[in-house]
Amino acid sequence: MSDLLRVDGLRKSYGGVTAVDDCSLAVAEGTVTALIGPNGSGKTTLFDLITGYRKPDAGRVFFAGQDVTGRGPGRLYRAGLSRTFQQARVFPQLTVVENMVAAAGHRWWRQLATPRVSAADRARTEALLAEFDLTGDADRIAAELSYGRRKLLEFAAVLMSTPRLVLLDEPAAGVNPVLVERMEQHVRSRHAAGVTFLIVEHDLSFVMRLCDPVIVLDAGRPISQGDPSAVRADPRVLDAYLGG
Amino acid sequence: MIRGAVFVVTLAVLPLLGLPHWVLNMLVFVLMFAALASAWNLVGGLTGYPSLGHAAFFGIGAYAFALLLHRQTEITDGWQPFAWLPAIGVGTALIGVPIAAIAMRTRADVFAIVTITLLFVVQTLAFNLHGLTGGAQGLSFPVAPFPADTFERPFYYVLLGLLVLAMLLTFGTLRSKVGLALATVRGDEDKARGLGIPVGGAKVLAFAVSVGLTAMVGAVWAYYQVGIIYPQFAVDPLVTIAMVLMVFLGGRGTLWGPVLGAFVLETGQQYLAYELGASQFYLIAYAMIFLLIMLFLPRGVLPSLAGRLR
Ligand SMILES: Nc1ncnc2c1ncn2[C@@H]1O[C@H](COP(=O)(O)OP(=O)(O)O)[C@@H](O)[C@H]1O
Ligand SMILES: [Mg+2]
Repeated sequence: MSDLLRVDGLRKSYGGVTAVDDCSLAVAEGTVTALIGPNGSGKTTLFDLITGYRKPDAGRVFFAGQDVTGRGPGRLYRAGLSRTFQQARVFPQLTVVENMVAAAGHRWWRQLATPRVSAADRARTEALLAEFDLTGDADRIAAELSYGRRKLLEFAAVLMSTPRLVLLDEPAAGVNPVLVERMEQHVRSRHAAGVTFLIVEHDLSFVMRLCDPVIVLDAGRPISQGDPSAVRADPRVLDAYLGG
Repeated sequence: MIRGAVFVVTLAVLPLLGLPHWVLNMLVFVLMFAALASAWNLVGGLTGYPSLGHAAFFGIGAYAFALLLHRQTEITDGWQPFAWLPAIGVGTALIGVPIAAIAMRTRADVFAIVTITLLFVVQTLAFNLHGLTGGAQGLSFPVAPFPADTFERPFYYVLLGLLVLAMLLTFGTLRSKVGLALATVRGDEDKARGLGIPVGGAKVLAFAVSVGLTAMVGAVWAYYQVGIIYPQFAVDPLVTIAMVLMVFLGGRGTLWGPVLGAFVLETGQQYLAYELGASQFYLIAYAMIFLLIMLFLPRGVLPSLAGRLR
């Protein structure tokens, strides 16, 4: 299997803190890869660097065989690289449907004069809204949804652009167990439809059920990777989590 | 749509009812501020970038108009100078493009500072470029040759036209993908950029259209000043404050909010000025109103009402 995403020697510092430090790893196409590690080990920062939200101090990012280092997040999004945020970022004052349409990756300049939500737009959202059980909330303001449902909405919305790789930042955190299970089902069904995933998650049972391989990050760089049972048995991983 | 038609027709017949001059004069200013507030709303309401510099563009429109007529000795057809409005609007919109491209790279709070700085730069220029603006002596041009007993009418109707234009642009924006793009800017600009939404272009477009409209209103205001404009009135921070206040009162980002805000505040102010004579009293009133809005109606009248009804 070829690598859909590869990062090579990435580094990012904030003042004195080096959040990501000489980090190299790859995500093979067709996998659900997990990225785990203690708090502050640089997982979110790595997502920011991969998706173009932040520029690395050093190193390169390759997506689908192309060097995309330094490209803006919008371009990468349209190229099929999308993400969700740890804190569920949706547009709170927009309706659920509008959130979906905003994430559809339009050729915006050609569409500026078309209706805010055209009949065609609405039709495009229908299947996903049904899949994510959001049809009944379609015309509600996103701010009115529970936190868990906002996370579902954010996930559903980035699928509007038919991405090849989706990065999920802690999809199960702060979500009730029923929705966690639904989140897992959505990842599975989208994976079956050909989408590759890179998932940051602290809920290790979620990770062990769903992901293979697992990459462990500590202090900004990978310290172990492999299938879930191998990683679980790796003493370095225990050290990182327990040694502090 | 029906509401819009009733609104426009009502306003269109008002001047024909033989109202006294002071009322018509008041209505001219009400329409002027309704158009200005609607224009400001395109930026301040829809994108959430609070421009404090719009009075600069009002002044640019006013001076552009006065300069175009300055060399003429008389105006034969009073309607003819209005033909300059589209050129003034488009020209100022084009000036707005690079300004927005620079000022809107910043966040909303920095943007407010940058735009208010622009306002004071333009004000200083208006006072000091004697060769161009005449400085504090003012800039003169021929008086509009309209009959005295219906003098307000042409200005009234042209301002009504500009208000309708501003409202149609707002309506079209809200109903189109431009409005969706601007709403994402207002909601979470970084996220919007990450979704490939052209946030920069959408912001610049909104700003350019907004200042173009503002300049056209400024031009009509200049023409209404019977033959001379002065810098302290052409580039007046109070104009900006009024625009902002009206939009905040009526409801940011709504179609009717700015109009409602302008009708309430401007009639109130003109009436008080007429009853009490010109005074700075209304400045205190403005400050009070702003505090009251922020305390009790932080989203403005219309969104709060809509929230109650739902
Ligand atoms: N914007 C920022 N400014 C300063 N330091 C930051 C910023 N974002 C993250 N950090 C620091 O970088 C390190 C890695 O953070 P983060 O990437 O959020 O880790 P994780 O997602 O693994 O918990 C932490 O020490 C954090 O305090
Ligand atoms: Mg994190």
